[in-house]
Amino acid sequence: MTAVAAAEAGPHPWRRFGPDVLTMTARVLRLVRRDPDELVLALVLPTAMMLLFVYVFGGAIEVGTDYLAYATPGVLLLCAGFGAANAAMAVNSDVSGEIMDRFRAMPVASATVLVGHVLASMAKNLVTTAVVLGVAMAIGFRTVAGPLGWLAAVGVVAVYVFAITGVAVLVGVLVRTPAAAGGFGFVMLFLPYVSSAFVPPETMPSWLRGFAEVQPVTPVIETVRGLLVGMGSDGMPVTGLAGTATVTLGWWLGVALVALSAASWAFARRGR
Amino acid sequence: MLAQRLRYKQFMSYTDEVLVRAAGLRKSYGPARRPVRVLDGVDLELRAGEVLALLGPNGAGKTTTVRILATLTRPDAGSAHVAGYDVVAEARRVREIIGLTGQHAAVDLKLSGRENLTTMARLAHLPRRAVRGRVAELLEAFGLTDAADRRLDTYSGGMRRRLDIAAGLVRRPRVLFLDEPTTGLDPRSRAYLWDVVRDVVAGGTSLFLTTQYLEEADRLADRIAMIDDGRVVAEGTPARLKQAVGDAAIELTYGTGAEAGFAAAALGTGTPEDRTVRVPTDGSVGHVRGVLAAVEAAGPAPVRWEVRAPSLDDAFLALTGQPTAPAAAVAA
Repeated sequence: MTAVAAAEAGPHPWRRFGPDVLTMTARVLRLVRRDPDELVLALVLPTAMMLLFVYVFGGAIEVGTDYLAYATPGVLLLCAGFGAANAAMAVNSDVSGEIMDRFRAMPVASATVLVGHVLASMAKNLVTTAVVLGVAMAIGFRTVAGPLGWLAAVGVVAVYVFAITGVAVLVGVLVRTPAAAGGFGFVMLFLPYVSSAFVPPETMPSWLRGFAEVQPVTPVIETVRGLLVGMGSDGMPVTGLAGTATVTLGWWLGVALVALSAASWAFARRGR
Repeated sequence: MLAQRLRYKQFMSYTDEVLVRAAGLRKSYGPARRPVRVLDGVDLELRAGEVLALLGPNGAGKTTTVRILATLTRPDAGSAHVAGYDVVAEARRVREIIGLTGQHAAVDLKLSGRENLTTMARLAHLPRRAVRGRVAELLEAFGLTDAADRRLDTYSGGMRRRLDIAAGLVRRPRVLFLDEPTTGLDPRSRAYLWDVVRDVVAGGTSLFLTTQYLEEADRLADRIAMIDDGRVVAEGTPARLKQAVGDAAIELTYGTGAEAGFAAAALGTGTPEDRTVRVPTDGSVGHVRGVLAAVEAAGPAPVRWEVRAPSLDDAFLALTGQPTAPAAAVAA
């Protein structure tokens, strides 16, 4: 029997981690492409938000500068964040569904399921970001950023999407049903409104302004706006960008680390 | 195909290797203060090349047994081995040998049959170049070639079930676990699925099957283990089991208990239960006609009558002297 067993023994699942993650990622992305809701979220929502803010609200909002330039980073992060939060439902329908049993009964590290969702979310929201920027440029958005600035801005957006996806994965692992996981999307849809994304915090009542200035979405917006259009929320040329960027990375890398650690801990204990 | 299968079985019966062995499996769920006992000492053996059916009513512990053997659930006590590997300590080895198709479909409905199987084949670490061929082979074997590129949400229940089983076979497992494969299927899909499963077994895969249908266990299994209330209560070949259970019976229901008693005395059967008299029969026209003539001669006319095949309950009654545990007791 030992001889038979030795012939059958495959490589350890951790040594197949990379290829297995790619298989899982491809699966999630294919499911996204087949889901009309996901396509609307990833492609139509960003376009609609962009046009809504610039043409409907933009005329009435006075920020002391071109509103398109002011609001584009906000729309970008709103859409990417909302799209990333949507991973909560996809993760939950996997881990609470029968297919998880099938994966667990195969010689595959089950963490590949979660990592696959994270990578798929990054890829999906990179597309969303490109759509937002494409629409913005089509209606007149101009950037001051050079190649390095662009790279830095995309990097910051990627970190933000990574962190939100991490929280989404945690929510997806913790809640019982996909519908409950959907609630997280709403949080991420509203958080950017109470930041410097669409109006300067100075215009808010003082108690709200306090929240808007310290909540972690504000420094991301400030960083991306600073990198792409070179101005702050007061419409003045940006100052202290390096400091804001450090705060941003500290916040969101921290969130990602905590959320993903908690998610893998909870995942390992689920369904035993 | 049949001859090939017989040769294979003969060969395997000489080797007589025990592929799956469970000893004293216990499992309870729920809070520690008021645990619900699901398995109460399950002992089982599956030999290489064999089909074993774990037969029992809902809540008997069939799914929990399969989940433990397939490394998904840890037993509270007892041990289980697949091909000599411990399902808890050596779960990784076990996962390389088994295929599992659970009670509910574990497939992506938005993907096509081919896409589902391809994903599974990659995760089963088939050599890259072998994936496409193996997937096509499985689609063919399960009668799904024409539907291969359609999304699963356009499949019928039977087709989905077949694809689900195929997904558990991408790596040619030595043992396939099927948890209630035909529950909820119409008779035609069920018969087709049985044929497909027989071919899989003919190909050399040993099968561990759970079912709540006596007929299914009879059609597919070499041995049947009957499970009730978390224990294996009887075990044997279908022939032995059927012998114990007896043949079909003619059931005659009368309007009053007195009439039933009178008829039972005239027909020479036991005391009627709830106005119903049961006369064992082999189901042949001649025997049924003879019994009905005797019924007419006895006098009182039954309100209705039918020829009934033995049910799961009859089997449990015959083999254990007790009907299956009521669902309420299992849930308590």
